[in-house]
Amino acid sequence: MSTTLFVVQTLNGLQLGVLLFLIAAGLTLVFGVMDFINLAHGVQYMLGAYFAVMFYGLTGSFLAALILALGASLLFGLLLEFAVFRHLYDRDHLDHVIATFGVILFLNQGVKFVWGAAPLTLPIPEMFSGSVLLMPGLLYPIWRLVIIGSGLAVALLLYLLVSYSRVGMLVRAGATNAPMVSALGVDIRRLFMIVFGFGTMLAGFAGIMIAPILSVEPGMGDTILILAFVVIVIGGIGSIRGAFVAALLIGLVDTLGRSFAVDILRLFMAPSPARTVGPAIASMLIYLLMALVLYFRPAGLFPAKGR
Amino acid sequence: MVESVAAAAPERGLSRARRADWTLPLLIFVAFAAVPLFGGAASGSYILSLVTRVMVFAIAALALDLLVGFGALVSFGHAAFMGLGAYAVGILAAHGIGDALVALPVALAAAMLFAWVTGIVCLRTRGVYFIMITLAFGQMAYFTASSLAPYGGDDGLTIAARNTIFGFEVLRDDRALYFVTLACLVGAYLLCRAVVGSRFGRVFRGARENPVRMAAIGFEVYRYQLVGYVLAGGLGGLSGFLLANATEFVSPAYMSWQRSGELIIMVILGGIGTLHGAIVGAAAFILVSEWLPEGIYQLGALLQIRSVSDFAEHWKIVFGPLLVLVVLFARGGLIGVGRRILGRSGHE
Repeated sequence: MSTTLFVVQTLNGLQLGVLLFLIAAGLTLVFGVMDFINLAHGVQYMLGAYFAVMFYGLTGSFLAALILALGASLLFGLLLEFAVFRHLYDRDHLDHVIATFGVILFLNQGVKFVWGAAPLTLPIPEMFSGSVLLMPGLLYPIWRLVIIGSGLAVALLLYLLVSYSRVGMLVRAGATNAPMVSALGVDIRRLFMIVFGFGTMLAGFAGIMIAPILSVEPGMGDTILILAFVVIVIGGIGSIRGAFVAALLIGLVDTLGRSFAVDILRLFMAPSPARTVGPAIASMLIYLLMALVLYFRPAGLFPAKGR
Repeated sequence: MVESVAAAAPERGLSRARRADWTLPLLIFVAFAAVPLFGGAASGSYILSLVTRVMVFAIAALALDLLVGFGALVSFGHAAFMGLGAYAVGILAAHGIGDALVALPVALAAAMLFAWVTGIVCLRTRGVYFIMITLAFGQMAYFTASSLAPYGGDDGLTIAARNTIFGFEVLRDDRALYFVTLACLVGAYLLCRAVVGSRFGRVFRGARENPVRMAAIGFEVYRYQLVGYVLAGGLGGLSGFLLANATEFVSPAYMSWQRSGELIIMVILGGIGTLHGAIVGAAAFILVSEWLPEGIYQLGALLQIRSVSDFAEHWKIVFGPLLVLVVLFARGGLIGVGRRILGRSGHE
């Protein structure tokens, strides 16, 4: 358990955390403000990655691909909102679940139909390829640092927007008591659309940024969706701050758990059972964490006030 | 929606509602019983194993409907109970214990114990938090199963032979297994109905409507919900026991969150809070996902258009929007649609 390995894994954990935050931020806002369970949020992350690959193929420039893919993600999200989700807002949560599950099936298969089932790749932009020496004996890929940096920048931007802008104020008010905001004369449907579009774009952004280091394939959004739900539940639904803290927590716990569970278990177990039990415990760790948090704080760490 | 459908049914026009409430379930069970007569009576036939699968999942969906439809407890970890029941069969068989007299009680006990322990924690939370915490326990069970290296780990475990009953290899015949499963389904249905109609069931439903008021009347809501949760867990275990026998294979995939999600979809698709709706939903979900690809292929062959036939592997592109349409236009699930059609023809 050397220090370098620990630092590398901590950075990896941060990177996963930041990625989770980008996805969870939109999810928690849509859930908190609109009381809408959007299982299809993970698919929008996947679509972001696919759009990036497609536009990169067309333009050959990562920056152009990034901008076009962001626009496409936003448009597609609004299209989905207009065609399906808008008709579901006043329905039961279970109706949200089944309808958005249908959307997941459709889009996962649709992606397979359009781009094929084989995983695609997106090259890392020239400028950010390669690694950088962080400390003696520690080379770290620049792109992962870029992901961490851009994620933190988005978090800061989001914080400023939500805390200091007029829309942000409405969003906070909506998360606390949406009917009251509507009664005060705010066009709640338009607010919903803004929130939804913004959330979609963030999920798409996460997909675009991760595409160069993951393989882009159908179903890549499903696993991350569950993690994002874990994040927003631990953080408290509707709370951006909660989502941020919980995302970093989950990212770190998951990554460090996976790297060091076997080593830690070996301290008080024979090596061979430690090797079998270790990975299982590591995969379970975040769910254990969630169960513990919910046991002691049944509404998450930072519950939006008024719920 | 959950509240209105379930609450209205038992109270309104008792005699008529009661007769109607028995007709459809009876029809469903008669249809199940008739399947071996028409569709391939031979052991090992495709239809027989497919419908066995439908009934196995119907039992689990039934139990889930008890929680979702009558208790507003949306469990997103219901597949774990099935998996536990199945693993009880698999692990016992791996140690040479292949009799149902041991395997069934162990399967039920394992699932109910898991439900009891996790229920103590889960039932402290409400709504979405309940969904997520049941998911958490389901995932823990899933990862535990995939770490069981002596029992196949991720790859799962093949069971050498189906359970014997008193040492007789009765279940070896697919028809015998079919009717045992049908008997279990009928039994589970009758049990759930009896529970829902009992005093216990009224308290359980009352807790769905207004837990605070129930507590104020003097009921310890938590204990009633825990008993309901354990009961549903036990039925899930029964379903898992049958599933392991039907497939002669167990794997961690039985406990995956996707499987739990499918069970919820079966319940909603059929119609929440009706019990027999869960059976209809399970049948619709499994049969459509089994036959839709084939149907698309045949359509292409009929129209002599290659591209339509080739589209069969992308059947989910059709299935996904189908689910969305059911939600948008068929409130109350398939049972709700059926009721509306019947109701209209009754007035004319």
